[in-house]
Formats: sequence, C-alpha cells, structure tokens
Amino acid sequence: MAVKMHILVCGGTGCSASQSHEIVDELNKELVAHDLTDFAKVVVTGCFGFCEKGPIVKIIPDNTFYTRVRPSDAKEIIEEHIIKGRKVQRLLYVAPDTNQSVSDSKHMEFYKKQLRIALRNCGFIDPENIEEAIARDGYAALGKCLTEMTPEQVVAEIKKSGLRGRGGAGFPTGLKWEIAAKSRPGEQKYVVCNADEGDPGAFMDRSLLEGDPHSILEAMAICGYCIGADKGLIYIRAEYPLAIHRLQVAIKQAREYGLLGEDILGSGFNFDIELRYGAGAFVCGEETALIHSMEGKRGEPTFKPPFPAQSGYLGKPTNVNNVETYANIPVIINKGADWFASIGTEKSKGTKVFALAGKINNVGLIEVPMGITLREIIYEIGGGIKGGKKFKAVQTGGPSGGCLTEKHLDTPIDYDSLVAAGSMMGSGGMIVMDEDDCMVAIAKFYLGFTVDESCGKCTPCRVGNRRLLEILTKITDGKGTMEDLEALKNLSAVIKDTALCGLGQTSPNPVLSTISNFWDEYVEHVVDKKCRAGQCKALKKYYIDPAKCKGCTACARACPVSAISGTVKNPHVINQLDCIKCGTCVEKCKFGAISIQ
Amino acid sequence: MCGPQIKISEANYLKIKEICASFNNEPGELINILHKTQEHFGYLPEEVQQVVADCLGIPVGKVYGVVSFYSFFTMKPKGKYAISVCLGTACYVKGAEKILDALKSELKISEGGVTEDGKFSLDVLRCVGACGLAPVMTINGKTYGRLVPEHIKEILAEYAD
Repeated sequence: MAVKMHILVCGGTGCSASQSHEIVDELNKELVAHDLTDFAKVVVTGCFGFCEKGPIVKIIPDNTFYTRVRPSDAKEIIEEHIIKGRKVQRLLYVAPDTNQSVSDSKHMEFYKKQLRIALRNCGFIDPENIEEAIARDGYAALGKCLTEMTPEQVVAEIKKSGLRGRGGAGFPTGLKWEIAAKSRPGEQKYVVCNADEGDPGAFMDRSLLEGDPHSILEAMAICGYCIGADKGLIYIRAEYPLAIHRLQVAIKQAREYGLLGEDILGSGFNFDIELRYGAGAFVCGEETALIHSMEGKRGEPTFKPPFPAQSGYLGKPTNVNNVETYANIPVIINKGADWFASIGTEKSKGTKVFALAGKINNVGLIEVPMGITLREIIYEIGGGIKGGKKFKAVQTGGPSGGCLTEKHLDTPIDYDSLVAAGSMMGSGGMIVMDEDDCMVAIAKFYLGFTVDESCGKCTPCRVGNRRLLEILTKITDGKGTMEDLEALKNLSAVIKDTALCGLGQTSPNPVLSTISNFWDEYVEHVVDKKCRAGQCKALKKYYIDPAKCKGCTACARACPVSAISGTVKNPHVINQLDCIKCGTCVEKCKFGAISIQ
Repeated sequence: MCGPQIKISEANYLKIKEICASFNNEPGELINILHKTQEHFGYLPEEVQQVVADCLGIPVGKVYGVVSFYSFFTMKPKGKYAISVCLGTACYVKGAEKILDALKSELKISEGGVTEDGKFSLDVLRCVGACGLAPVMTINGKTYGRLVPEHIKEILAEYAD
C-alpha cells in the first residue's frame, strides 16, 4: 500500500523550541500502534512561517492546519483524523475576525496574499532528504544551465529578471555576476553565500537554510558556472546550529548524488561547497568584513574599491550574495526571466521575505510580492495589532533602517520607496510597534546595538555613535535640552557622510527617522519631561490620588527611600525629588490610589 | 615552543596541538580552531591563546585580537548552566529587559557574571531567530519562549540538582 497521507510537522527553530520533536515521536508511536506506517508518514519540514501559532502540524492532502499542537494531541490526531477522517476541531486555526475555525490553510488570511518563490519548499519537504527536494524541481535549473545554456546566457537571464540583492542594498544580481565573470578570467574564483544574519529580529535566512538548503547549494553551483569558480563557501552564524546541521547533511547528500563535486552531471563542471562559521559580529554581514572573517581575521571592513569581484577571498575574484538572493535563482532559470519580471514593481522585481515580529497578532515569516502595501502586511497577513492597541510604527531594515508610520501605510513597498520614506529594505526584519513603545527608547536601543557592534576601525562610527547614544540616554533620563536635539541631527549627518562602511553610514538612520517622524515625542521628552508611552523610567511620575487614599500607610512603610509622607487615615504624598520610581508603592496599595503619570 | 609562563596541563596542551593540527596549523583557519578549542575548554584563557598562537606560528596578539573581536568567544569561564537572554528587537519590544531584570535579581549577578557556586552564568545575545516565541532565553542551548518575569523562578528550579 502506498503512503496516502503525510503529516507534516514543523522542525524550524521556533517550533523545535516548543517540543515539536516530541510531537514527531508521539505521532510515530501512534502510527506504529495502529499499524498505519504504510498508510501515513510523518515528515519533519522547515518553517511554515506561522510561528505565532507553533508548533504547527499540517495534514496532506487535505491541507488541514493544526496550531499550538502538544505531544499529547498526537493520539487524537491519529485516531480521529487519520483513521476516521474527522478533523480535530479544537486544534484548528481560528480566524480572529470571524471567530470561525479554518481547516484548509489555503483559506487563511495569513497565506492568502503571500506569494512563495524563495520559500517555495519551506514547510513542504523534508530538508534532510535530497529526493524530496529533487521531486520539487531541485537541481533541475542546474541541469538546464550545464547542458543547455552558456554561462553568458545564464547571466543574461538573471540580468533580464531584474533580481536585486536581498541582503539589503539591492544591487542588481545579474550585473554583480557579470562583473565577477569578467574579472581576471582563468584565475581561481570563489562563490560566497552570506548567511551571517545579524539583524536582531530577522530570521529569513535561518528559516530558508533550515527548510530548503538544497536550493541554496544549487544556486551557488549555478553562480560558479557563470563566473568560472569551482569553490563555494557559506559563511553562517555559529548561533544557528540547526541550519548548520541541515546544510552539512545537504552538502553530503548532494555530493553522493553527483550534484556537487567533480564533473557534475557529466558536464565537466566541478564545484564544491564548504562551511565557514561566524562568531558573532554584526559587521561581518558587510561583504569585505565577511571576507576578512573567512580568512580567520578580525572582521573589519575595508574601503571599496577594490570590490570583492576584483579582489576578494584570499585576494581572488569573489562573488558574495545573500541566502534569499540565491533562493530565487533556480526558479528564475526554470520559469524564465519574463515570468519573474512580471511580478513586483517597475524597479523591484519578484518577492521579498519578511520576518514579521513585535506587537502583531500573526508573528511569522512571510513572502510577498514587491509593491504590496504595509497596510496589507500588517492588517491582512499580520492580523492587526496585538490586543487591539493602536499602531504606531513599523521598523524595517534593522539597525540600519528606519521607522515607517501611519502615513506610510499605503505606500507600495519596494527598495526605492522605502529609501524615499527614510528607511530601507534591509534584509527583511519588520518589527511592529504600538502605542506603548517609546520611539526615543527605540532609537536608543538600536544605537546601543550599533555601539556594541562597531568594529572600531573608523572614528565616526566608533566615537560618533557613542556620542549619539550618550545624548539619547540624557534625553530618556529627562536631562535633555533642545540643543541636544540639534546636536543629534548634526552628528548623525556627519556620521552618515564620513563612516567607512555600510554599518557606520547607516547607523544614524534609526535616530534620523524617529526624529523626522516622531519629533513631537522628542520635544515632549526634552521640554515637558514626559514619555507618553510610559517606557522611560526616569520620566515616570508616581502620584497618589487623595480621593482614593485611605491613609493606611502601607506604601509609606514599603517605600525603600522613605519618599512617601503622611499620617494615618490621611492622604499620603510622594516627594518627587526622592522617588526612585521603583513601583513598590503601586504593588502595596490595596485601593488602586497610586497611578503613573 | 611551549614557553615557561604557560600553566596548562600537558594533556590540555596536547589537545590544543591536536585541534590545530586537524586544521593543518593554517592561520586562515584561526576562527574554526578557536570554535573547536572553546567547545573543548568552555572558554579561551590567555594560556590557551598562547598555545594556539605558537602552533599557527602567529603572534599571540593576533589571536587575542580575534578572540576579543567576536562576541561568541569568551575569556571567562561560563557557569554550569549558561543562560542567554535574547535582546533582539522582537524580544526587546515584548519586554525582554524585564526578563533580564528578573534573572539578575534572582541570581544576584549582572550581565556577563557567574554565580558564586559557578552554577549559572548570565549573558545577553542578539536574536536566536525564534521571534515568534518572544521574549526568549536559552539555557545551555534549550530555548524557553513566551516568557514573563514570573516564570523565571520556576524555570531556574528545573536546574536545582
């Protein structure tokens, strides 16, 4: 009997952290117990994207989508769904707007507006089984390139597709390959995959590598064929153990199948891939810094030119692309550049993967066509703001990007519109913030990150960002002046103009974009000494409502700095100068008389 | 090779030599060598760096430069249970700082510190990529998600051996 049903269990980092492996074990146990191993099969896949409701279990062929599954649910899934064909209602996804359960994932708002090109195999295949990748056209594009196309034709196809680098800056990929192909012909060259996803709050590359490692290997081999390289290197964060494991398995299997190594598919083309591990430095996402790190050195960037295409790894011509960029390559070859170029906007073709996180109902990994609006992403795919709160801003581009606000909600998203709005595409982190988030504190958070991660080589970044952070701290401590706001703007402009690498040049962006979009909040902090989100501790004021205070003295006795005065049965008063804003009094008050202003 | 100032045992000295040799004593492999070495020792004290430098034939300053540059490498030993709190943006906006504060007051150590009995160490890191579970922390690689400060006591109690 052939296997008729597949039970897909998400084995991504998010779901694994919620015991998805125990679910797999339990499901397998139940299948054995009911003698169903020939009828149904459990498959551990990559990320489904809907991390908010993980762990996810999906049943094929009927596309039933079970959410927040626990190991103890395995018995019911097997006995009810697999044996009797009755869906387990209590585990189905419930649409927040209609309160109805949705059984088929195709009808979920979260997936309706998505278009999965880079993520085409994530959540569909077992990433540790090369045959499942091959069954979904894996390595077909490599075969086509090697047997039917010249390297020039492949480069021309990629150029025609309009694909731009997905790592952040958006440089045209075909052009990059062409430059590397023409650089110093006949010499040893290298193909590098940048998987050093350092942007906090972004997990696109991790999910891609965990869910579909073979498409990256295939694309790197295609790139090697185009530029004349026989060696590929993947620079991956050591913090991603699962992705590393899946890559190691994939490389081994590809070698066994003759899809990596010597004389691939009998074409005479040789290509092999090795892994290089990062060690936790954000700046290594910058390509010159990444190359130095791969050479075993400190990951400090160097001035461009020379570009890596001229002199890269070990001084040889090197092509560096991001994981998501590579993931698009095989599809472009298989379906054609015209098909790819028909998706997206005039200057940004195809789709973009975003890691949607923060104060949003549906946290997860999404892939959408370029040109979609923020409103569609946040309110339709994302299901709106958590707890019915008010949307305030969305941060894109990580520490190098900026905040977009309500007025940008209907702007079509592409590389150029985001830059025009004062942010950038970046690698695809998208953090949603609500009315409880203080924008000055957010700018301070990012600057703190940049100061930690600055490599220290150039003065504008090393010293300038530290000064920016000091000024921001002064403001959140309630000691800022209007002159400080001017200084923030001036210093930011200088850093942007003078820093050596992309990290430094973009580091003031979070400050500049919050200043331009939330100027009122800065002024409130400085002039009124007030934080409307109530996040800046130093600006909080605790206040006792004399009408509610019974004079029980509980607060005065609990106050660690004796800042509360008053006599028994009479309303108490907080001395603001002594108060350290610890909040102990609020906890002790049984009458709800103490509030924060 | 091995200078008199080095205070590590013969066995450990040989272990480092073995690691370096497995990478052909190639200076370009320094980061991979340091990963392996830290895996073995748990941290990279000065003496260990000296041996690595000798094996690769490079100045110890160069090794130290790399160790101090990357946040993954540490020159201080970690606790038996290494706690890392994620301070990525997604976790930050969901209150990761409160989780960190709860851990600090429960363990009575600050970031980068180790408890007196050597049992717990506390660090922060930037994004483990489990943003759907924010805020998260990891203890020896095991991920704990959707945390609230009230969970901390309970979770630490799991390690009360």
